[in-house]
Amino acid sequence: MSSQVLWFVSRGSGLALLAGFSAVAVLGVAARLGSVPRGWSRLGLGELHRALALFCVAFLGLHVLTAVLDPYVTIGWAATLLPFASPYRTLAIGLGAVAVDLAGAVLITSLARRRLGYRAWRAVHWLAYLAWPAAFWHSVTAGTDLRIWWVALVVWGCALAVATACLARLLSWRRGPGRQRPEVPQPPAPRERAQL
Amino acid sequence: MSARLRVDFIACKGRGLCAEALPELITLDDWGFPIVSGQPVPSRLLPDARETVCACPLLALRLEYHSQLSQ
Amino acid sequence: MLSAVSPGLGARPSSVGVPGALPRLLPGGPASLKGHLARYGPLPRPGPGRENQTALIAEIDRAGLTGRGGAGFPTGRKLAAVAAGRAPVVIGNGTEGEPASAKDKVLMARSPHLVLDGAVLAAQMVGASRAVIVAHRDVRDILGQTAAERRRARLDRVGVTVRAAANRFVGGEASAVVRWVEHGVPAPTATPPRLSDRGLGGRPTLVQNVETLAHLALIARYGAPWFRSVGTPAEPGSMLVTVLGAVREPCVLEIAIGTPVGQVLDLAGGPAAPLQALLLGGYFGAWVDAAQAAGRPFSAAGLADLGAGTGAGLIAALPAGACGLAETARVIRYLAAQSAGQCGPCRFGLPAVASELERIAERRTADPDLLRRWLGQIDGRGGCAHPSGAVRLVRSALRVFGAELSQHAAGSCSGTARVLPVPPPGPR
Repeated sequence: MSSQVLWFVSRGSGLALLAGFSAVAVLGVAARLGSVPRGWSRLGLGELHRALALFCVAFLGLHVLTAVLDPYVTIGWAATLLPFASPYRTLAIGLGAVAVDLAGAVLITSLARRRLGYRAWRAVHWLAYLAWPAAFWHSVTAGTDLRIWWVALVVWGCALAVATACLARLLSWRRGPGRQRPEVPQPPAPRERAQL
Repeated sequence: MSARLRVDFIACKGRGLCAEALPELITLDDWGFPIVSGQPVPSRLLPDARETVCACPLLALRLEYHSQLSQ
Repeated sequence: MLSAVSPGLGARPSSVGVPGALPRLLPGGPASLKGHLARYGPLPRPGPGRENQTALIAEIDRAGLTGRGGAGFPTGRKLAAVAAGRAPVVIGNGTEGEPASAKDKVLMARSPHLVLDGAVLAAQMVGASRAVIVAHRDVRDILGQTAAERRRARLDRVGVTVRAAANRFVGGEASAVVRWVEHGVPAPTATPPRLSDRGLGGRPTLVQNVETLAHLALIARYGAPWFRSVGTPAEPGSMLVTVLGAVREPCVLEIAIGTPVGQVLDLAGGPAAPLQALLLGGYFGAWVDAAQAAGRPFSAAGLADLGAGTGAGLIAALPAGACGLAETARVIRYLAAQSAGQCGPCRFGLPAVASELERIAERRTADPDLLRRWLGQIDGRGGCAHPSGAVRLVRSALRVFGAELSQHAAGSCSGTARVLPVPPPGPR
C-alpha cells in the first residue's frame, strides 16, 4: 500500500466518520426529546442510531489502521488507545485516542446492556457527550483538509447539527418533565352525550 | 416452556417503541404506555419478541420464561 | 416454661391472665413491660437452630394466620420463604397510610409490647438478628420508648429499631417501606426480585403488618388451636377493624373473623342514621349495599360475592344523606395525588379517572363509558397495586350507586354530607 493511498483513505474515512458519528449523536440526543414529528418512527430512529453506531465503530478500525500503517508519519500502535503517546502531532492524535477509548467504553457497555442493567449502562453512555467533542477536536487539529471548502462545510455542518440537537434537548429538559399527553379523548359535547 | 412479556412500569417512560415493533401483542393505552397481555407469546412471534425486548431504550420490557408446570 | 419445640401446646398455666376468646390484642390495662408480661405470660424463647425455627413456623402455619395489612397472604408461607435465605431482616409495617384506618395506630399505642414481641419472635423464626418497626408518626414515640424499656431490661436477643413512617399513602406498600428504610424514598420498587429473596440491603426481608406480628406473638405463647378457637375454619382468629362514618361510636374493635357486619356496626353504637352503603376494606376496598351486607359475615368468604373483602379491616358507613359518587370522587382524587408518580398508567390514568368522576359527581357533562374504558386500561398495570385498588373502588361505586348515575346526568343529587376522611393536599 503506498503511503499516498493510505493517507488518502485515512483522511477520507476520518471525514466520513465525523459525519457518521455526528449523525449517531444527533439520533441519540433526539431520542430523548419529548415528541416525535408525525410519521417518524421512534423505533426506526432508535434502531438507526444503534446500527449506524456499530457501523461507524467498525469503520473506525479502518481509519485507525490506515493512519498507523502509513509509513510517512510515525504514530505507533500504542497511540491508538493511549492518549498523547504519538510522536507525530501528539495532541491531535491523542484526542483521537481519547475518542476511541470513550467510544469503546460506550460500545462494550451497550453490547452488554442486558447483563449490566439500565443504570450502569446509562452512566457509561454519558461518556458519549465527551467522546464526540474529542473526536471533533481531533478532526479539526489532525485533519489536513479544512481549507477545502466542502470539507469545511461538512465539518462545521456536523458541529451545527450536534449543537442544535443538544440545545433542543436542553430546552426540552428545562421545560420540565410534565409531558403533554396527546390525544386524551375529551368528553362528548352535550348533544352527543352517551346514554347512561 | 412458555414465555410471557412483562413490562416494568417503573422503568417504562412510554416511548412506545415496543408497540411499533410488536403490534400483534403490544398496544398503547390512552397515555402512550404499553398494554401487554399476560398470555404466552406464540412461538412464531418469539424472535420478534426477543428483538422487541432489545429495542426498548429503558430495558423496561422483559420476556419471562415459565416451565409449563409451574404456571 | 414453654417448650421450645412446641410452644404453647397444652401449656396454658392458669395463673397467667390468658386472654379468653376476646379481646386478645387490646388490653384495658397498662402498657408497661411488667404489666404486659403479667397479662400475657413470659416471652417465648425459641432455642437456636433450624429445627426450632421450622417448628415455630409450622405452628404459625397450623394456626392459619394471614397478613392483616390488607393482602391476607398466609404468614407461615412468608416466614418459610424468608427463613430459607441468608441473613434476613424483619420489618414491621405500622405505617398505616390509609387515612380512614386507625387500627394499627391504636394497636401500637395500646399494645406496643405485643407488637415488639411479634417482631422479635418473627426475627428469631427466620434467623434474623435485627428487626425494624416503621411506625406512623403519631405513635412512633410510644413505640420507641417501649423498645428502649425492653433494651434496658435486656429482654430481646434481637436488635429492634423504631423508625417514623413517611406521611404518604403509597408509603405503606411493602417494597416502599423497604425503600423508605434504606433510602428515605417512600415509593415502590420493581418486584422481581421479591422482597423475600432480596429486600433491605439485598437481604431476604420479611415485611409484616404490625397486627399480624401481634397475633404471631400470641400464637407463639398459646398455640395454634387457641388461635383457631375464634373465627371461621377457613379464616381463623380475630382481627382489628376500624368502624367510622355514620355510626354512633366510631372506634377500633377487635372482632372474630366472620362476625356479621350488622353486629360489628352495633358494637360501634349502631348506625347514627339510615345507611345506604358501606365501604369495606379501605380505600382499595369496595362499596356494598348496606342492607345486603348487614347479615353477611365480615370475612373474605362472606363478602366475596358482593365484590368486597375485609381488606385492611375497615367499615365506613355511608348515610342516606351523603352521595356515594361524590365520596368516591374525593377519595380517588386523593389516591391520584398520592401516586408515587413512577408509572405512566397511575400517574396519568388516575388523575383522568378522578376528573371524570368529579364531573359525574358535580353533575356536569361526563362520559361514564370513557371512565370505564380508562378503568379497564389502568387495572393491573403499574409498579404496585395502587391503580388496581383505585379501579376496584370505582367499579364498586358504579355498581352500588349505578342508579344515581342517571340522576346526576339529569343534574340532581340527593347527598350533601361529607363522610370519608381525605387529608388535604400537603407539601409533597
